[in-house]
Amino acid sequence: MTNVSALAVLEIGPDGGLDSSAAGLIGAAALLGDPLALVVTAPGAGERPAAEAAQLGATSVFLVESLRVEAELSVPVTDSIEAAAEKINPTAILLAHTTDGRDVAARYAARKNLTVATDAVGVEIDDQGVVAHHSVFGGSYSGMSAATFGPLVVTLRQGTIDYSPPSQVLSLEKLSIPEVGVPAATIDSRQVVASVSERPQLQVAERVVAGGRGLGDAEKFGLVEELADALGAALGASRAAVDSGYVPYSHQVGQTGASVSPQLYLAVGISGAIQHLAGMQTAKTIVAINKDPEAPIFDIADFGVVGDLFTVVPQLISELESRKQ
Amino acid sequence: MKEVPDTYGEKKVSLETGLVERQATEPVVDEITERAVELAVSHAESADEDVEVIVMSMAPSSAVDSIRKGLAMGADRAVQICDESLRGADLGQTSEALAAALKLTGFDLIIAGNVSTDGASGMLPSMLAEHLQIPAATGLSEVTITHGKVAGTRVTEESSAQVSAQLPAIVSITEALPDPRFPSFKGIMGAKKKKHETYSLEDLSIASNNFTVPRSIMVTIAERPPREAGVKVVDEGDAAVQLADFLTSNALA
Repeated sequence: MTNVSALAVLEIGPDGGLDSSAAGLIGAAALLGDPLALVVTAPGAGERPAAEAAQLGATSVFLVESLRVEAELSVPVTDSIEAAAEKINPTAILLAHTTDGRDVAARYAARKNLTVATDAVGVEIDDQGVVAHHSVFGGSYSGMSAATFGPLVVTLRQGTIDYSPPSQVLSLEKLSIPEVGVPAATIDSRQVVASVSERPQLQVAERVVAGGRGLGDAEKFGLVEELADALGAALGASRAAVDSGYVPYSHQVGQTGASVSPQLYLAVGISGAIQHLAGMQTAKTIVAINKDPEAPIFDIADFGVVGDLFTVVPQLISELESRKQ
Repeated sequence: MKEVPDTYGEKKVSLETGLVERQATEPVVDEITERAVELAVSHAESADEDVEVIVMSMAPSSAVDSIRKGLAMGADRAVQICDESLRGADLGQTSEALAAALKLTGFDLIIAGNVSTDGASGMLPSMLAEHLQIPAATGLSEVTITHGKVAGTRVTEESSAQVSAQLPAIVSITEALPDPRFPSFKGIMGAKKKKHETYSLEDLSIASNNFTVPRSIMVTIAERPPREAGVKVVDEGDAAVQLADFLTSNALA
């Protein structure tokens, strides 16, 4: 195929720069063809993210600056993709598999009658077109999907593409969208959920330490956080721990939370219900600490410790700390 | 409402068709959609106007019991989209069929789950919004329904927003919403007498084999070999040291 272009639709992070998903999206676009980027933001806020997109390898950056972005959910970005796609006719449109990315992908696919591949963990192109890789049911199956014809809209799981194309000199094209779009929900106010922790982000972390109901309460969950810090790991949790209020939902790993594939997943006081395993069983190495020798997590753990976590974890932390010196 | 393979069971995909094997585990109502029914029914109970609650599901004919659960929880009637040619339908076909059925029944507010436990795409609510040209307030962890308006809290990976929409609109809800009620004995008995309509694609004026619209196809599917258990040590005072050794020797600490 010649003249293949892929449009990466980038999200803006809390600090006004590009969200951490941007590098993977541009990398995936470059694997398919000419990587183009779309940045949609408030008037006057586009300079920094556009420059970052070029640095990440986008050969052209389309910028839409509109007041609608801060007032309406999903529709302004959908309209922006439509404006960009009219110019470049992309073979693939790539978005992050986030709450916002899914909404926009869904709206655009429905509007244009396009096929959508969700939660892709990789992309490739052959003479038949774009193929998306999927990891189904928590990695129990791996598959590939494609459209029968036409461009493919893809939402990409974060942290799955590690290809980085060379940086580009910024080639910027400003686009505009209509002042009024289809009916959208109104954003009445928005608060950035301040990231108070210095820990790595769960979805992309090399190491994850996660706690479950075995911790007993929110205060004792601090032990899991200490271990995470000793290992420089992100903090995860089972649904039981989240439902019990030990930690916010953003830490939930599993079928209804985040899917992670770190180098190390260390589960503390997590029994390993199937819906939890669905979010972490593709981790390279799994370690479990649990007092119940029959806990299903041990069936998939590379290293399991049957013991009292309140004894083992503090010992492990001090052992790790002493080895650092 | 959506019927899915048991959330707590092991799910299977047919290696021949790439479709979910729905017989592999006991089908259940996806819990998130039970929460959606709960929100609708509890609103109908507390509203100062007459509210009709309809449960809608695109599902094979075998899903009657799952849909009846929504009626037993207190919904007034059920609409089921059921057509053999919808087997293995992709998101585009599914949203097209549901949108057509929604146009037929009419609605003020559509309440959906944010993400199902099987397909897990989280895309249908926004697709329906686009087909129906209505606002979508997705991923709400709190919902307030007032006359002519719906509002709520939308928590995403990076922000928390207060959002609202004039009706007609669609919302999708998260697990943070209240647990669904257990149907009462009276509710279960009453459910069998409630109206349960079935629509085929023909009823919805949709062509069953429209090759002018692109569809999603599974090109390959393979089962990953199961993980095997590794070392398991029982703590006798030195397990932490052994674990630290394991992490260090694998360059994980």
